[in-house]
Amino acid sequence: MSSFPYLSVLTGAPLVGAAVVACLPRSRPQLAKTVALIWSLAVLVVTAVMYATFHANGPRFQFRESYQWIPFWGARFTFEADGIALVMLALIALLVPLVILASWHDVDSSKRSVPTYFALLLALEFTMIGVFAAADIFLFYVFFEIMLVPMYFLIGSYGGARRQYAAVKFFLYSLVGGLLMLAAVIGLWVVGRDQLGHGTFDWHQLTGLHMSTTTERWLFLGFFVAFAIKAPFFPFHTWLPDAGGAAPAGAAALLVGVLDKVGTFGILRYCLPLFPHASRYFAPLGLALALVGIIYGALLAIGQNDLKRLVSYTSIAHFGFIGIGIFAFTTQGGTGAVLYMLNHGLATGLLFLVVGMLVARRGSAQVSDFGGAGKLMPVLAGVFFIAGLASLALPGTSPFISEFLVLLGTFTVHKTVAVIATVGIILAASYVLWMVQRTTQGTLNPALEKIDAMRKDLSVREKVVVAPLIVLLLLLGFYPKPVTDVINPAVKATFSQIGTSDPQPTVAQGGGK
Amino acid sequence: MTLAQETLQLPHLDYGALAPMLILFGAAAVGVLFEAFVPRRGRYPVQLVLGLGSLIAALIVVIVEAGTRELTADAAIAVDGPALFLQGSLAALGIVALLLIAERSLEPGGPFVAAAAVTAGTQADRAQAASEEAGTEVYPLLLFALGGMMLFVSANDLLTMFVALEVFSLPLYLMCALARRRRLLSQESAMKYFLLGSFASAFFLFGIAMLYGYSGQISFSGIHNAIQTSTNSTTLLYIGLALVSLGLLFKAAAAPFHVWIPDVYQGAPTPITAFMSACTKVAAFGALVRVLYVAFQGTDWDFRPVIGAIAVLTMLVGSILAVTQTDIKRLLAYSSIANAGYILVGVLGLSKDGLSSTLFYLVTYGFTVIAAFAVVTLVRDADGEATHLSRWAGLGRRSPLYAGLFTFLMLAFAGIPLTSGFTGKFAVFAAAIGGGQSWLVIIGVVSSMILAFPYLRVVVMMWLSEPGETTPTVSIPGALTSATLAIGGIATLLLGVAPAPLLDLTNRAAEFIR
Repeated sequence: MSSFPYLSVLTGAPLVGAAVVACLPRSRPQLAKTVALIWSLAVLVVTAVMYATFHANGPRFQFRESYQWIPFWGARFTFEADGIALVMLALIALLVPLVILASWHDVDSSKRSVPTYFALLLALEFTMIGVFAAADIFLFYVFFEIMLVPMYFLIGSYGGARRQYAAVKFFLYSLVGGLLMLAAVIGLWVVGRDQLGHGTFDWHQLTGLHMSTTTERWLFLGFFVAFAIKAPFFPFHTWLPDAGGAAPAGAAALLVGVLDKVGTFGILRYCLPLFPHASRYFAPLGLALALVGIIYGALLAIGQNDLKRLVSYTSIAHFGFIGIGIFAFTTQGGTGAVLYMLNHGLATGLLFLVVGMLVARRGSAQVSDFGGAGKLMPVLAGVFFIAGLASLALPGTSPFISEFLVLLGTFTVHKTVAVIATVGIILAASYVLWMVQRTTQGTLNPALEKIDAMRKDLSVREKVVVAPLIVLLLLLGFYPKPVTDVINPAVKATFSQIGTSDPQPTVAQGGGK
Repeated sequence: MTLAQETLQLPHLDYGALAPMLILFGAAAVGVLFEAFVPRRGRYPVQLVLGLGSLIAALIVVIVEAGTRELTADAAIAVDGPALFLQGSLAALGIVALLLIAERSLEPGGPFVAAAAVTAGTQADRAQAASEEAGTEVYPLLLFALGGMMLFVSANDLLTMFVALEVFSLPLYLMCALARRRRLLSQESAMKYFLLGSFASAFFLFGIAMLYGYSGQISFSGIHNAIQTSTNSTTLLYIGLALVSLGLLFKAAAAPFHVWIPDVYQGAPTPITAFMSACTKVAAFGALVRVLYVAFQGTDWDFRPVIGAIAVLTMLVGSILAVTQTDIKRLLAYSSIANAGYILVGVLGLSKDGLSSTLFYLVTYGFTVIAAFAVVTLVRDADGEATHLSRWAGLGRRSPLYAGLFTFLMLAFAGIPLTSGFTGKFAVFAAAIGGGQSWLVIIGVVSSMILAFPYLRVVVMMWLSEPGETTPTVSIPGALTSATLAIGGIATLLLGVAPAPLLDLTNRAAEFIR
């Protein structure tokens, strides 16, 4: 294993980049964009090298680094990545340069500073990488909270209509969750200090503590509510459509594509291993919330007339799938859930970016303002269709594999849940296809022809943005092994920590007789 | 007992240990003489140098004496870890506040009235408001107040504590009345503060009498022993503790003794508000922890539910009422009340952690709040400071630097990580959970959520609203205010990112001697 400090470099680099870009003069926006793009590409290269050096069959956690921080509390700068975190880091490193490229002209027309926008994107990357790379719970909490700040300003300063309302709602919802988690983090720390004899936030030391049932359940809830708000699960979801609808398209892609994954990642990495008994106790609740989310999010998505809000609601439905995959406590379900996190990031990221391109041309996000746009811009319409198909998990695209794994993993233990969740697939087909039909198919809306921008199909820059995502969606749709190999050991380890094992494949045995 | 033994023995005084207070009282007395004999024109530089010099000297002496742990002046004064730490904090915060108080470039003559005796609103008053003349009484008053606060946090018996309380309160009442603009508001605030403060002092004194009646002692260790051994009725003890706590909680701005805070914070000259919100809190909580920990802790009865209820009330009143405020100074005042609640949560840890986290929080909060009020002094229009929140709309466009700094300070108040507000909250909450007071932490968390809303509203106002016609300009601060802003901002960041040195310091200091 290489001794290069990958994770601290990965975490620190975007922060330095953000500082550099923020200091660039406002009068030279082109320079700021270029520097930001190059910086994020450099981060991508480092991540790629790290991914390549990860030993899929090696120990679960690799690239461990640990530096002293606040000895009095036992807080340390500890970074570590298992397969789950590694996949998420790769997703971040891939999405950020694409988002920067996609947002190239987004802020040109606004009165706001261009360098600040790109600096905020890099600052956001810093916090996102940090939150997935941290293995010290204090450090994780720090990143979990400061993640709000750049996103708040991205929505609040650069967003569309109702951006103030959306930004404040986003911030307050997340802060409420964060503060509940803070109480739970401190509680966990005190329990750990009483048992271990010294205060520590080290993940490895804090897993496997003995707690009273009541304590464990309260602490679980403190973490779970924070993650459920972040993810978001029903009924904590109402901030997402507002934030997703008001955020600039690039920021929305990162918000839904990566930021929200912190919630599901947190449940897998923290809730389950730290509080195994409480996790089993609350699993039915988690399944129920996830199930409601699938149906409810899909139904609301069908009813939306705003493209960005529509995509946000579809995400709530998708997070429901991830949720049942996690709380089914089977390796297949868990692997499916993690794979879903990655694929959803790719598919919804793409969908948001394409929607952003449509909205930028039309100057409106209302579905009813479009109609037959495909006649003017066939390539854009085609990409939009592909993104939609990936989002509804058509076989051949990578989300299909994850959705299938989730349903399979759930079916072996909770048949009813899996059956109800399947309804979500049908609903997904209706919201995606209906959205595509109303915007790009059918008779051409005469209003569109009058807008010059609507005649411009995808530029080279935009093709460069969408191409890697489409390629990955198809590639992983046929050959997910490089990713599942990395995820599987970590998921297995997680579920063995909470003491659940996969049910024996009884169907197969019966067939053998 | 023979007559010979009753001849008055002067108590032994350790002048080294008392030096910080002696320096400040001496400098304050010299400052009064300067007021009398130095010509008006020359007073400002002389007073400023004297004030800064004495505070720095006091800080240095505190550092030199850092290892001292002793009772001196016949056990009337305890120079121990908490006392020295708090004295050092008072000196440091006092220096930062003094820089803000001494700023004169923002308006001609500075924020203080030239002749406080001129009737407000008269012809003469308008003339003096426009003139460049300014009074300099505030400097010796400040030194007296700081000297009194230092004595307050190291007083080891109730009478010394009462004397110290009066020594630092009286200058504060006066300083509140010295505003150059909106003088009626300023005088009203001083009057209100004086009247309510006098009541609080009277209650405190009455409480001393009760405790003396119960234990026959005024020293904390004597009371502590009496609680464990005395067979007297505990009614006197309970009433005494209640009244003494009332006097201290009044100064600490805990609900329901908080009603003076918003009016006084709003009416007083902003630099004085900054000084009070930082240093009075340090002094009041320093004395409160000493009374609770030295005199009343470890006895077989528990005062925690009562003080806990006050903490809950304080946090909720402060945070809920902050939501409805439309004036930035009143908003910060209610936030200061809520913060008093958080500190009480730490105090109720009733352990070494409880003490050290309280000390830590006081310092972190002090630097942040002084910097926040310093920004308030900068946002001005022709009538002086523009404190109504609606006037702050779009400030981020006009002057991103100061709006950015204020945003950072607001995030610190909201407890976002990488600011001292977060580490402070973490420390007090951890101490409380460690002391078995999880319920207080839950309320504290809920109160923080509520309080985040008003902070965020200010941020929204500054950045996300368009500047209006009436958006005031942000004055370019002079060197002194710049220094205040820089020190406050850097301390807020440093104590958030690398709190380890201060945490170690508070931990080493956190032991009272009896």
